Amino acid sequence: MDKRTVKKKAVKGISRFYAILLYIFFYAPVAVMIAFSFNDSRANVVWQGFTTKWYVKLFHDTELWMVFGKTLLVAVLTTLIGVVVGTLGAVGFMNAKFKGKKLIMNSIYFPIVIPEIVLAIATLLVFNQGGISLSMGTIIIGNTTLVLPYVYITIKARLVGMDPSIEEASLDLGANRFYTFMHVTLPGIMPGVMSGAFMAFSLALDDLIITSFLANAETSTLPMKVYSMIKKGVSPEINALTTIIFSFSVVALMIYFIKEFINNFRIARRRANSM
Amino acid sequence: MTKTNDLAVKVASKPKKRKDKRSFKSWLASAVMCGPITIWSVLFIILPILLLAFMSFMTKGPLGRVVYKFTLDNYKEIFKPVYFTVIKQSVIIATWTTVLTVLMGYPLAAFIANVKKKTSGVLTVLLMLPLWVSGLVILYSFVIMLNKTGVINTVLMNLHIIDKPLNMLYNNFAVIVGMLYMFLPFAVLPMYSSIEKLDKGLIEASKDLGAGPVKTFFKVTLPLTAPGIFAAVILTFIPCIGYYMVTDMLGGGTNMMVGNLIHRQFTISRNWPFGAALAMVLAVVIFIMLFVYTKLGGDLDDLGA
Repeated sequence: MDKRTVKKKAVKGISRFYAILLYIFFYAPVAVMIAFSFNDSRANVVWQGFTTKWYVKLFHDTELWMVFGKTLLVAVLTTLIGVVVGTLGAVGFMNAKFKGKKLIMNSIYFPIVIPEIVLAIATLLVFNQGGISLSMGTIIIGNTTLVLPYVYITIKARLVGMDPSIEEASLDLGANRFYTFMHVTLPGIMPGVMSGAFMAFSLALDDLIITSFLANAETSTLPMKVYSMIKKGVSPEINALTTIIFSFSVVALMIYFIKEFINNFRIARRRANSM
Repeated sequence: MTKTNDLAVKVASKPKKRKDKRSFKSWLASAVMCGPITIWSVLFIILPILLLAFMSFMTKGPLGRVVYKFTLDNYKEIFKPVYFTVIKQSVIIATWTTVLTVLMGYPLAAFIANVKKKTSGVLTVLLMLPLWVSGLVILYSFVIMLNKTGVINTVLMNLHIIDKPLNMLYNNFAVIVGMLYMFLPFAVLPMYSSIEKLDKGLIEASKDLGAGPVKTFFKVTLPLTAPGIFAAVILTFIPCIGYYMVTDMLGGGTNMMVGNLIHRQFTISRNWPFGAALAMVLAVVIFIMLFVYTKLGGDLDDLGA
C-alpha cells in the first residue's frame, strides 16, 4: 500500500465515524422520546421504571384520539389537494407558455424559504381582509400552501428525467390528452408523486405555526396540543402516540425499501437471464 | 382569443395544420393543468405577501385594531432599544446556527454523496425521518437530556467526568443545539446535491496537476459546491430568526427571537402592523438572498429536494 491509499482509507474511516456521530445526535432524542413513553412517571423528566400504562391510557383517551383524528383529516386533505394541484402544475408548466409564468413559478418556492411564521400571518391577513372566518378549511389551505412547493419540486425532478417523445407518441397514436396523462405521464412520475405525497403528509401532520394561526378557538390539532402542554411538561402519553407514529413511518419506509430492493433484484435477474 | 395566444402550447415538432386543430384543445389542457397552481400561488402566496406589505404601513389603533392610515412608524419602531436587542440576539443565534450547520453539515453531505447511490438514498431519508415524524415532541427530548438531572449530566457525573451538573438547558447553548437539530437535515440536502453533481474528473485533474488535497478542496471543490452551501445558508439563517418554538422550549423564555416577537404581535400584544413590518423585513432579506442565489447560478429546486 502506498502512502496515498493509506491516507484515503484514513479519511474514509474518519468521515464514516463522523457521520455515525451526527446520526447519533439525530437519533438520541428519538431514543429518549421512545424510552420515556415507557417511563413510570408523570413528570417525563426522570426515569422511574418500566411501564406500558401510557399506551393503555392512550388507547382509552378518546379526547386525544379525536384531536389526532382531526389532525389526520387535515393532513390527508392537505396531501390530496397539494398532490393534485402540484402534479397538474408541474406537468402543465413543463410546456405551457403564458405571461407571468416565471413569477408564478418562482413564487411557488417562497413557502420553503420564508419563515413559516411570515407565511402564517400573511395568510391570516388574506382571510382576515377577505372576511373569511377561520375554520378547518383555512387550516387546510394554509398547510397546502406550505407543502405545495415540495410536491412540485419532487415531481418536477421526475419529469425532467422523462422522455417527452413518449407523450408525443401517445398523442400521435390517437390517445387524447386525458388518457395520455393518466396512462403515460402519471405512471412515469408516480415515484415522484408518492414521495411528494409522503413529504406533504408528514409536513402537514407535524405543522404547528401555520395551523395555530389559521385555526379557530375550537379547533386543535395534535402539534397544537403538544405545544400547549410544553410549559407543564409533555405527557408520556404524547410520547407513546409519537412512538406509534414513528413505528408506522419506519415500517412504511422499510416496506418501500424492501420493495425497491426486490424490484432491482428482479431486473438484475431478468438481465442476467436474457444474456 | 387573446388568451389562446397567451397560453399557446409549444407543439413545435408537429406539422402546422394539426397545430391549429389542436390548439384549442391543448390550450384547454394546459389551462386545466396550470390553472389550479397559478390561482393558488396568486391567492395564497403572492396576495398574502402584498397584504403583509400593505399592513406593515398601517397605523396601530386602540384595542389592537388597525387604522388604515399610511405610516412609517412600524419600521422606525424596530430600532427601539427593546426590540433591537431581540434582533441582535436573534442574529447572534442564527449566525451561530448557520455557521455550525454549514461546518457540520458539509462533511456529512460529502460522506452521503460518496457512498453507493442506494445507501445515500437511505441515509437522506434517515436524516429527515425524525423531523418528518414529529420535530416538536422530539425537540422536547432535549429538555430530558440537557436538564440538571437529565440523561447527559447523570452519565457524566457517574463517570466522574464532572462533579457538578452542567448548566445546559434554558440558555443559548440549548437554543443553538435545538436549532441545529431542526435545520441541519434540511441544509445537508442542497449541499449533498451540489457535491453529488460535482464532476469527479476535475478533482482528479487537480490532483494530477500536482495540487494537494487541501489546495484541491479550496480551489476546486469548494467554489464548485458554493451554490449548495449558499442554499444551506438560505434554508437556515432567516428561517432560524423566524423560528420561535426552540426558544420557547429550550431557551426558557428569556432569550427571544424575532419569531417570538412577531408571534407576540399577533397574539398577546395585538399590534398587527408592527408584526407585519417585522415579518416584511425577514421576507425582504430572504428575497434578496434568493435573487443573489439564482444570479450566482443556484438552482431553486435544490432548496426543497
